[in-house]
Amino acid sequence: MEAKIQTIIDKYGADKGFLVPILQDVQKEFKYLPREALTHVSVYLGVPISRLFEVATFYKAFSLTPRGKHELSLCLGTACHVRGAPLIGDNIERTLGIKAGETSSDLEFTFETVNCLGACALGPILVVDGEYHGNISITKSNKILKKLGKKVQIDEEN
Amino acid sequence: MKRIKSPQELEKLRKEIQAERDPNKSCIAICAGTGCLALGSDKIIAAFKKEIKKQGVDTAVTTIRETGCPGFCEQGPIVVIYPEEICYLRVTVKDVPEILSKTVVNKEVIERLVYKDPASGERIVKDSEIPFYRKQKRYVIGNNINIDPKSLEDYIATGGYAALAKVLNGMSPESVIEEIIKANLRGRGGGGFPAGWKWEATRKAKGEPKYLICNADEGDPGAFMDRALLEGSPHSVLEGMIIGAYAIGCGQGYIYVRNEYPLAVENATLALEKARSLGLLGDDILGSGFNFDIKINRGGGAFVCGESSALFASIEGRTGEPRAKYVHATDRGLYDKPTDLNNVETWANVPLIINKGADWYRTIGTENSKGTKIFALVGKINNTGLVEVPMGITLREIIYDIGGGIPHGRKFKAVQTGGPSGGCIPEQFLDMTVDFDELAKIGSMMGSGGMIVMDDHNCMVDVARYFLKFLEEESCGKCTPCREGVYQMRMILDKITEGKGTMEDLDTIEWMGQAIIDGSLCALGGTAPNPVLSTLKYFRHEYEAHIKDKKCPAGVCKALITYTIDPEKCTGCDVCARVCPTDAATGKKKEVYTIDQEKCIKCGACIEGCNFDAVIVS
Repeated sequence: MEAKIQTIIDKYGADKGFLVPILQDVQKEFKYLPREALTHVSVYLGVPISRLFEVATFYKAFSLTPRGKHELSLCLGTACHVRGAPLIGDNIERTLGIKAGETSSDLEFTFETVNCLGACALGPILVVDGEYHGNISITKSNKILKKLGKKVQIDEEN
Repeated sequence: MKRIKSPQELEKLRKEIQAERDPNKSCIAICAGTGCLALGSDKIIAAFKKEIKKQGVDTAVTTIRETGCPGFCEQGPIVVIYPEEICYLRVTVKDVPEILSKTVVNKEVIERLVYKDPASGERIVKDSEIPFYRKQKRYVIGNNINIDPKSLEDYIATGGYAALAKVLNGMSPESVIEEIIKANLRGRGGGGFPAGWKWEATRKAKGEPKYLICNADEGDPGAFMDRALLEGSPHSVLEGMIIGAYAIGCGQGYIYVRNEYPLAVENATLALEKARSLGLLGDDILGSGFNFDIKINRGGGAFVCGESSALFASIEGRTGEPRAKYVHATDRGLYDKPTDLNNVETWANVPLIINKGADWYRTIGTENSKGTKIFALVGKINNTGLVEVPMGITLREIIYDIGGGIPHGRKFKAVQTGGPSGGCIPEQFLDMTVDFDELAKIGSMMGSGGMIVMDDHNCMVDVARYFLKFLEEESCGKCTPCREGVYQMRMILDKITEGKGTMEDLDTIEWMGQAIIDGSLCALGGTAPNPVLSTLKYFRHEYEAHIKDKKCPAGVCKALITYTIDPEKCTGCDVCARVCPTDAATGKKKEVYTIDQEKCIKCGACIEGCNFDAVIVS
């Protein structure tokens, strides 16, 4: 872990000004910010750990807890909202048994909402493990959840 | 490509690139912007490549161009065949072999893939003649379809960096600023502050080094024009920035871009590398002795970082908390040094002004708002997409002539502009002209250009609550009136949407809104109550319906609605029962079904499933 973090920091010339991008790369590497990783960043960059926690908890892009195997993020931009995204969100929360922003206890799913992905023509949009699914309906979201191994109420005849 | 050392060499290179390109050659332009990619345009591009090989089409006479977003997202993926300019919409992988053999090789138009006017049924072949495009003036975003954003040659071939060459070939920094002031280029990020004044103030400010920043932290939900520009025509933004840096006298620039826009980051990063290797960026730009370079900073997913001082803090590696603005950023901005901050679209306007001149630029627009503005037309609208229109156009023209009106024959209710800082504009103002000053007069604002259309199925109380929820999460927490006030206001709106509100609550919202405006340091808090106050002003009857009648007229607020089945329309097909997650919908096949109100959670599954519109929300 230490070597990986050093490589990331060196990429930015150990410039404290690039703290946010450095943490983004760390998160990309480990899918979240492990405590140990933050300690390394703190030492190499010479930034107090309290500052790192301040930054890591301020920006939405960071997670201090491990993420699920499958990451679902639902766009809740205005366009998606007026096209019925909240009902899709309710459906996903109900099916996964977690609230937006949470990870299931078996570490299978992380569900979160994002504020506009800028692909409003496709709204509502659900991004599943990096893949965009546009014009999401309750039925479509159920089909996706089923593919990921969740039991859902689907009209098999249609 | 070899490093070029003078404006003359650049012109020579341009002529060489243009000479190599045969305008009669077929070119298949495919949108590879985020919107079309999400619709599968990557698969279409791959299919074209495969099919060209399979059909043995000569690649010397047919090329593929992966372009940025041409704006008509509703009809994506978009494929345009040049030089005939045949525009195909909603293309699928299955259509690819036919497009290649019929259109590209034999110049035959495939009727089913071209635009069909919904009113007249008429087929329109050329994209420029489609009503969606006809009323637009696409000076800034129009180049997207003509270039591959990953190709610097493409940009140069279409006249790119000519403005920079002009500037470095004899214009003084002062005369550049003069030109921008004369053009009255106002900030496209929402504030509308004259860009030239900012440049001048930064140039005159004491302190070195000076910084210049491109604000690509496009946080307003429903706005994506900056992404489309940075993604589709990154060099036009860079060119604007380099010209600005020369005028201001600054050596280091930054692009602060949202982390949610990976493709924009990718294309901008590549554009920087290419511009650097050609000598358009870095030391001794075009042999002029002027040095300037740009770094890219990705945001961390905080809306408030679009605010100037929060953005500076974020670049400095701190949390994005705004500071008071009694000292302007042009005097003390990033690292406490003089800093000029302009938005993506503003930068992209700069080469246009330099190339065509301020006098030409001033012919477009209204008295105090010159040029065009790109809007993201989204929500309940037929033609979702990016539209670039001259300032001074009416909302009605945008929504009905360009946007094609409201889908499913529903009734227009409001258009929301200005993101969470803006307001909801009702039907009575549809004939108002759109510019920086007019929208402000009716309690909204131009903002960065999101235009979210709503119909009679959208509840205005719910929309106001949505924006408060958004701002509550995005408030940085520094100022108490914003942090606590927005939260309290949202709680009150929760109460109202649950049918527990009182008429006194409306008074509370009004004075509390004013207190938040007065007591917040930055524009986030300072404008946070706008969506609530504007809906309260124009849609008070909806608030009253929730409070007095305990009803949500639009049928959105769950606590105030019930789902029932219309016995006239129900065919007993059993779909509702099959999709219902709580077994609330029951009945015998071919008879009228019913919904058990005790079990119903109003999830919407039956409404979506019913093919006969038999589920009534009341």
